[in-house]
Amino acid sequence: MGLLDLFRSHRQRGTAAIAKERLQILVAHDRATRNQPSYLPQLQQEILEVIRKYVDVDMNAVSVNYEQDDTREVLELNIVLPEAAPAKGG
Amino acid sequence: MARTIVITSGKGGVGKTTTSAALAMGLAQRGHRTAVIDFDVGLRNLDLIMGCERRVVYDFVNVINGEANINQALIRDKRCDALYVLPASQTRDKDALTKDGVGRVLEELAKTFDYIVCDSPAGIEHGAYMAMYYADDAVVVTNPEVSSVRDSDRMLGILSSKSRRAERNEAPIREYLLLTRYSPERVAKGEMLSVNDVREILSLDLLGVIPESKAVLNASNSGVPVILDTESDAGQAYHDAVGRYLGEDLPHRFLEIKKKGFFSRLMGG
Repeated sequence: MGLLDLFRSHRQRGTAAIAKERLQILVAHDRATRNQPSYLPQLQQEILEVIRKYVDVDMNAVSVNYEQDDTREVLELNIVLPEAAPAKGG
Repeated sequence: MARTIVITSGKGGVGKTTTSAALAMGLAQRGHRTAVIDFDVGLRNLDLIMGCERRVVYDFVNVINGEANINQALIRDKRCDALYVLPASQTRDKDALTKDGVGRVLEELAKTFDYIVCDSPAGIEHGAYMAMYYADDAVVVTNPEVSSVRDSDRMLGILSSKSRRAERNEAPIREYLLLTRYSPERVAKGEMLSVNDVREILSLDLLGVIPESKAVLNASNSGVPVILDTESDAGQAYHDAVGRYLGEDLPHRFLEIKKKGFFSRLMGG
């Protein structure tokens, strides 16, 4: 830091730190979606349709997660049923 | 057994062609027979950076189409006997690069060359795909800047899933990071991603860091690969990168701010 810097207005937080933070989030997200099988969105849609035949769930109530590590692939389904779910058609 | 190296990045203007020219020249200077191929059909530039633009007669597409043989199209470098350039075609459409055709040319080159350096076009379209498909090694050229880092990561995904090695379930392409246009001054001020930031985000082996340097433009102006400018920091950094590629354990230079004189230190400039 030079003498003149003392007179300059005090510095903002370095933008490099912001860049790094943004990239870490972005790259993690890109990688997660990159490795997913391409049938995932359709799978999610069809599962939702089957469930909606029986239970009146929201469109966003089904989440499908795909994870992969060295030895296995995990397909995780998470369905949020509404409280005291009214069964359809009895 | 020849090794095929793709110089790639996703983003344009980060220094792929500069790097292709420098690495190819560096390998050839060490006595390895090296061919460097311009895959940027329609926008050829490697011949300019190599300084052989007036000696182009036949090009890559001519060879693929059987209009010339490989020896007619290869241009021998005047500064280094072991180095040959295969220029891209300027006029034809980019679909002229067929997977079979490129494979045949690379196979032919592999008979007589030690290294084949493939200068990829920017983007993730057909030309970039062809440049990386047959690669054994990949040098991912990245600027310490958000869009370049993101594009590099996307390119890494393509290298690991779309290459011939991936399709055949062979050992994956060896991937290296080459960080270019690096400015230690701006990193120190917190204005630029540091080499460790980029390494951490991309988790790649670091082949080299090329400092932002006037020597690069001077070299391209005169058609001389910057590695031949042995006085320059960029030239020396490329020289080190070639050494590391060949397995030498060299410390990274040019990561710290150059020592300044008393007066410039006082003025903070």
